[in-house]
Amino acid sequence: MNLFLPDSGLVVWMLIAFSLVFFVLAKFAWPSILSSIKEREEHIAESLKKADEATQALAGLELKGKEIIAQAQAQQMNLVKDTKVLTDKMIADAKLEAKKQAELIISDAQAKIQKDKENAIQEIRNEVAQLSISIAEKVLKKELSDKKAQNAYIETLLKENKSLS
Amino acid sequence: MKKIKYILLCVMMAFSASIYAENTEENAGHDAEAHQEEKFDAGSFIFGHIGDSYEFHITEINGHPVSVPLPIIVYSSERGWYCFSSSRVAHGHEYEGWFIAEGGSYDGKIVELNAEGEQVRPFDLSITKNVFALLLSCVILLAIFLPMANRYKKKPLGVPCTSDNIFEVVINYIEDDVIKPALGKNYLRFSPYLLTVFFFILLNNLMGLIPIFPFGANLTGNISVTLVLALFTYLITNIFGTKEYYKEIFWPEVPVFLKAPIPLMPLIEVIGTLTKPIALMIRLFANIFAGHMIILVLMALIFIFTSLMGVAVGAGVSVVSVAFSVFMYCLELLVAFIQAYVFTMLSAIFIGLSQVEHHH
Repeated sequence: MNLFLPDSGLVVWMLIAFSLVFFVLAKFAWPSILSSIKEREEHIAESLKKADEATQALAGLELKGKEIIAQAQAQQMNLVKDTKVLTDKMIADAKLEAKKQAELIISDAQAKIQKDKENAIQEIRNEVAQLSISIAEKVLKKELSDKKAQNAYIETLLKENKSLS
Repeated sequence: MKKIKYILLCVMMAFSASIYAENTEENAGHDAEAHQEEKFDAGSFIFGHIGDSYEFHITEINGHPVSVPLPIIVYSSERGWYCFSSSRVAHGHEYEGWFIAEGGSYDGKIVELNAEGEQVRPFDLSITKNVFALLLSCVILLAIFLPMANRYKKKPLGVPCTSDNIFEVVINYIEDDVIKPALGKNYLRFSPYLLTVFFFILLNNLMGLIPIFPFGANLTGNISVTLVLALFTYLITNIFGTKEYYKEIFWPEVPVFLKAPIPLMPLIEVIGTLTKPIALMIRLFANIFAGHMIILVLMALIFIFTSLMGVAVGAGVSVVSVAFSVFMYCLELLVAFIQAYVFTMLSAIFIGLSQVEHHH
């Protein structure tokens, strides 16, 4: 059967054509196609890796941001607390100072009042002494003239004094 | 939707095959009339389609065959080179001593008569139907992959277009699942050959399934073609074989008496290297050949039944035959891929086996 026997003409043509196609494709087609596919594969892998890294970095940044915010909040709280303590203290101090001042003023006033009182008492005493002396004088003068009249006079003087005082 | 398209395509293929077959039947009938014998010759019908021919037969209109003549290039040892159109020797004509033999050992081939009146085959470099299909497939291969390579060279990181994507998927599949596992680290050295072989076989398998001109030649089902493909694998396997590979062939680790006086084991090993490519050659040839054969036999059944039992039975059989050939075409589409894959895989494995490193 010639179907199972190779035909020399076809073999020659096949050798020529296939070698040519093989040579041309191996030289001009496959290397660039294969290298390009490989390059793209690497590029994609690298890009994916980079994207992954970026996502991770972003997650890290987010965490850091949250941390910073939390820290700031804590600081704020502390500040508020400190301020409150300070204000409380200031108010307390002011109150204390005011109290002291008031006490001082009050004591001063009291001292002054005391002094004025003493002065007034002294004045009254002096007045009383003067009055007594003048009365005694007048009494002494009257005694010298009339006994009866003297007594009446003393009486009037006393009345006068009473009304005076 | 896509599936329906595929089925329609297959049905169309099957019907065109049947038209093809009918025309040939008419042709055969015509010839038979000339021999005053109206009988359908299934054998010549089938082998006429599977085999090679000097012209590309398309159809027949009112008994006149429509075919594309192809150039005949022959070298006679006595008269030198000749080149003429196959239409000059068609229908039993003779042109300058050349004619197509009928019967005998050179049936269907171009011959001349020598001085003794015997038929002599010249050195035949004619562009036959198969050579035409071969050259066409080579042109298609180059037309597909050279522009593709150009596009890839220009934009290595660009987004490939749809057709490039399709080929890229196949290339990647062959590279990652066939070539890399079989060849290991220096696979890049052999992948150009294996990819070329894969796409060459795949394209020719598919072209062989399309029954309309300029396709339909049974190229990968021709032993000359598979012989050359296997020869390439054989040469690459042995040219790039490592020292260890040759040591295992000519001085394998067996008892000395098996290799010293009579080189028994080396002989077996050498035969072993030959059987591998021969298996490759026969596997591809037989698979594609048988696929074409089955479809043609299914078609021939219609005419056999028509000539034996009349037109009504023939019409009934045609329904069954077409249904079966639709199935066969679907199967052949699968086989077209599988055989290209198997040839590439086995070639890769054989080359991989010749890449053995010295193991301690």
